[in-house]
Amino acid sequence: MENLIIFVLAAFIGVEILTKVPQTLHTPLMSGANAISGITMVGALVTAGMVGTPVAKWLGALALMVATINVVGGFLVTDRMLKMFTRKPRPPRDD
Amino acid sequence: MYTVIALAYLVSACLFILGLKRLQSPVTARQGNQMAALGMLVAVVATLFLYEILTPVEMIVATVIGGGIGAVLARRVEMTSMPELVAVFNGFGGLASALVASAEVARYFSETPAAAEAVAGGAPPLAPLTLTLAVTVAASVLIGTVTFSGSFVAFAKLKGLISGQPAQFLGMRALTVLLLLGVAAAVGLILYGAHVFTQDSAFLMGGLLGLGGLALILGIFLVIPIGGADMPVVVALLNSYSGLAAAATGFVLDNIVLIISGTLVGVSGLMLTRIMCDAMNRSLWNVLLGGFGGADDSDGPAVEGATGGTVRETSPADTAILLTYAEQVVVIPGYGMAVAQAQHQVQELAEVLEGRGVTVKYGIHPVAGRMPGHMNVLLAEANVPYDHLYEMDDINPEFPNTDVSLVIGANDVVNPAARTKKGSPIYGMPILDADASDTVVVLKRSLRPGYSGVQNDLFYNDNTRMLFGDAKESVGELTAEVKALG
Repeated sequence: MENLIIFVLAAFIGVEILTKVPQTLHTPLMSGANAISGITMVGALVTAGMVGTPVAKWLGALALMVATINVVGGFLVTDRMLKMFTRKPRPPRDD
Repeated sequence: MYTVIALAYLVSACLFILGLKRLQSPVTARQGNQMAALGMLVAVVATLFLYEILTPVEMIVATVIGGGIGAVLARRVEMTSMPELVAVFNGFGGLASALVASAEVARYFSETPAAAEAVAGGAPPLAPLTLTLAVTVAASVLIGTVTFSGSFVAFAKLKGLISGQPAQFLGMRALTVLLLLGVAAAVGLILYGAHVFTQDSAFLMGGLLGLGGLALILGIFLVIPIGGADMPVVVALLNSYSGLAAAATGFVLDNIVLIISGTLVGVSGLMLTRIMCDAMNRSLWNVLLGGFGGADDSDGPAVEGATGGTVRETSPADTAILLTYAEQVVVIPGYGMAVAQAQHQVQELAEVLEGRGVTVKYGIHPVAGRMPGHMNVLLAEANVPYDHLYEMDDINPEFPNTDVSLVIGANDVVNPAARTKKGSPIYGMPILDADASDTVVVLKRSLRPGYSGVQNDLFYNDNTRMLFGDAKESVGELTAEVKALG
């Protein structure tokens, strides 16, 4: 029951914050969200690291690998994009 | 011990929320992303140190491999390929959630609780497999797997590996319904398996495998009938699913940080989906049913035009004169600009014009490109300051004061038929009112219709000039001509 309450309240916070994100940042929002949904890696660590059965362990390790791709890739690519959003033109390409 | 972990998760959830809030302005956005990354670090480190991780070596190997792949993807990707990358990340997110939920249940396979306890050694005894747990596992596996296979179909469509045209075959709808029935049966099996768990877990395993397999096919079936230019909606929706799958996994594991972050991502994706649908004046249902448009590559009518109207062709030299003596120019980019990779040339042209005192603004339709915000990222890459980029509602009042609108690779989003022609597939869609400016110059390869398959009335207007050719070359020639005007 507590979980359901958290879920609903988080949804309200999400609506409140995210509807104010300008169109110009929607692509970084998506890739940043990708990285955040990689939070599953925490779940993968718990399941794979704690329980003894081999099947669970390997499923968890695979999940951990895939989720880490999202976390690392998502945050890095978002940073790369956001670096480019400037008010004044930058000096010639530094990328 | 548990309190410390819970507190760390709370800190991490707060960092996600604060980080996302900073995405409300380009000034603070980069810092926001870093805060979210810090939140992730807190959650992972707390989990590693405070739970008893029994197999650290495997965990480290998995993290290093995953992190390496992620870093390479993030560094190598071209900005024009961002929709593909996001599609892939959506898919991975879904897969990871489905795998974690499966792993959680795999502990119960062919074991009585007592046996499981023995296998687990010193680990805490298994919680009883309740109905709630079974429901959340089923939800997580279903959403996660559909997201996974659906995202890879979307990826293949965006990448051009499979046709961007909506693919439909006879009996496809019926087959989809059958698939849904199969999914329902598999979920039933899981619930039944959970119920009789104390005797036998074969039902549980069978149901889970069945659900995974069917959901894999279902994901393909759901995305394949949707046309290439509707991919912004699909990518946004799958983004939402990947978050919801993580939230469902949070329910399975009773883990609040998973629930909170998964929900935030789910809401973000849903919001973007809605913005995209509104910007096309179509319901989500209409998009998902598929079969719309897809005439991306089909041969259109010849230059003379099927509607009988006359098209006025122009040359780079003439357009350059128009642009040079304009006070205000509005550039309207579309997917064609991305395909031609013309963003750097466009920026160069704008710079030369600004040097001559011309005001250059960019009008960006929400569905321009293949994902929300696609054009903005491309132009940012080309060094265009973000305050020159205008959203539809902000640029539309500007068109009556605009001397030249330069339409580069956009089509349906400037078609006045959306305002006037009832019965047109795009009627009612909000558009950029480029036709209200003094002159419209359309850079385009040919006269073929846009994604909707609808002929563009704008091309036949008296104040419209067509500049045929590849966008990159045309813009390059324009810049050269403007410079030559000395």
